[in-house]
Amino acid sequence: MNDNDAPEKVGAGETAPAESPTADLSGASPTPGGKPPMSKERARQARRRFLRTILLGGGVFGAALSGYLPVAYAQKKRLRPPGALDEKDFLASCIKCGQCVQVCPVNAIKLADLSDGFGVGTPHIDAREQACDFSCDAVQCILACPTGSLTYHKPPYMSVRPGAKLAEKPILLAKEKDPEPTLNLTERIGVARLTRPESCLAMQGKGFKGQARGPSFKGELRYMSVDRWRPIKVADHPYDVELCDLCVTACPIKGAISLETVFAPDGGQRKTPVVHEPCVGCGVCEMICPTEPASIEVIPGEGWRGTT
Amino acid sequence: MKSPALRRRFVEQIKVMFGAEPQKPALIEERAIKVHTLKRMTNKAELAAAKEAHRARAKNHKWRNIRWATLLFVNLLFVVSYHFDIQLLEGALTASRFAGFHLIDLNSALQVMLAHKHVITNLLIGTGTVLVLWLLLGGRTFCSWVCPYHLLAEWAEKIHLWLVQKKLVADTPIDRRWRTVSWAIFALLALATGYTVYESISPTGIVSRALIYGGSILALLWVLALLVFEIFFVRRAWCRYACPIGLTYGVVGIASPVRIKYTLEGCFHEGDCRKVCLVPHVLDTVIKGRAVDTEVPIGPDCTRCGLCVDTCPTGSLKFDVKGLSKLM
Repeated sequence: MNDNDAPEKVGAGETAPAESPTADLSGASPTPGGKPPMSKERARQARRRFLRTILLGGGVFGAALSGYLPVAYAQKKRLRPPGALDEKDFLASCIKCGQCVQVCPVNAIKLADLSDGFGVGTPHIDAREQACDFSCDAVQCILACPTGSLTYHKPPYMSVRPGAKLAEKPILLAKEKDPEPTLNLTERIGVARLTRPESCLAMQGKGFKGQARGPSFKGELRYMSVDRWRPIKVADHPYDVELCDLCVTACPIKGAISLETVFAPDGGQRKTPVVHEPCVGCGVCEMICPTEPASIEVIPGEGWRGTT
Repeated sequence: MKSPALRRRFVEQIKVMFGAEPQKPALIEERAIKVHTLKRMTNKAELAAAKEAHRARAKNHKWRNIRWATLLFVNLLFVVSYHFDIQLLEGALTASRFAGFHLIDLNSALQVMLAHKHVITNLLIGTGTVLVLWLLLGGRTFCSWVCPYHLLAEWAEKIHLWLVQKKLVADTPIDRRWRTVSWAIFALLALATGYTVYESISPTGIVSRALIYGGSILALLWVLALLVFEIFFVRRAWCRYACPIGLTYGVVGIASPVRIKYTLEGCFHEGDCRKVCLVPHVLDTVIKGRAVDTEVPIGPDCTRCGLCVDTCPTGSLKFDVKGLSKLM
């Protein structure tokens, strides 16, 4: 403890502790200097209070930083809702209110926990569990966002990730015949890629019969053949196809994916899903893929680099 | 008309909000001095008897009950709007839409603006609406009437006070200036990192989102840790000494017409109001000889929670709307 903290006026009390009551008395009387000097006891209390304050302050500050560090070191990129700004701008502008969560008809958008390490309370989509199938028709989450974290039109001074710009406004298959068939999107949130071609059923020439993701899968999808407006559970819509093309038939965007013929090294012909430029990165193909883990996945934040 | 002494106190109370300790007033109005002098001449035995009678009276919880009901109503409205798809109050406390109209929490808006350095129209509309709302209702009214963490902390405070009474824990105050420092730190952090760092630990946002969207376990554990700290160590630590939201709203409410008004004449200076108050430094005026005028409005750090109004046995502390009494 540093005795210099105590005002000089109570110096007498320090040299002779036995006399401290009198020192306190003299200390309490007003001095010409202005403030009455502190007694030794009060000085000690003030010092302790100062230490406690530093302790609490440091604790709060540390906790706040621990909330930031995972963001700074986030290794795994997450799929943000459609129209999301680039990750840095998105994290800066998201106010964490969850209004995007509330308007989503298929509950694709989830809010992050502290432990997820990419910004507590920020929205993201786990496409494998529930992808955005544009059941809302108008990208309602963008409309709901109060801060412009999700936006139809990026401010001009913000840079566009390479390959993020869509060549044209994507046509939503569900409203292809409507007067206004396009989605008001100018950038993609990611790109689908056949990350595990070896496990792809089409590549192996296999068909698929049954529930795409098993009976307990809770994800929903809008089937045009069932009801153009209402998504139903994937589990309630079993498939029976000669050659698996679920990712192609489920895709909500026109011309984003197709089955193409490729030549295998052994000279034989095979079918493979090929992703095209209109892909917006919604992740429906990843959700519907019946292999475990999914053969086709959406790469968050990825740009279009040409057909590979 | 504001007397010179009150004008002086008005400035003093702003300093007090930022963490200064309330001082003995340097200037007291003549009419207040008269009351103070008369009070000194009162018969001590009679005074003690009257105080005894006050203590014996049944406890009054009128304003507390109204406030708790309001707080629960607002927060449940968020929950109900989402789960039953009523679309009346969408979003969370950080930002929402009431019947389609944007409302944005002032501190969250500030953090986002500092981090993002770009303001869009919706953000401006929402912030402006909320700003006007709390300018009128009294800034920190938000704290005690809306903030869900405030209610949890109020319950934790009850446990804390019970433990203090049993002498199991001691009340250890902290330097109030810390809140101003914390406000500045979080503002600078948002500006420097481009990320709303405060939002990741804001118990207001965490509890509000947890109510509406379900728990995010780790974030809720942090809130629980705060409550435990408040129960065992420092009474109302977060709301009193740390929360930057409180300071933001405090500044907004500096000139608010809705406040608590203190009337010197009938006051017995028992100090019960200061014992229940979240921010007792705003009630320094009730200490014997401290009131600078016969009627003193309580300063901007007051959350208008009404606990002092409920507690006051003489009705010397009352809710007041500036100018309204003259109009009526």
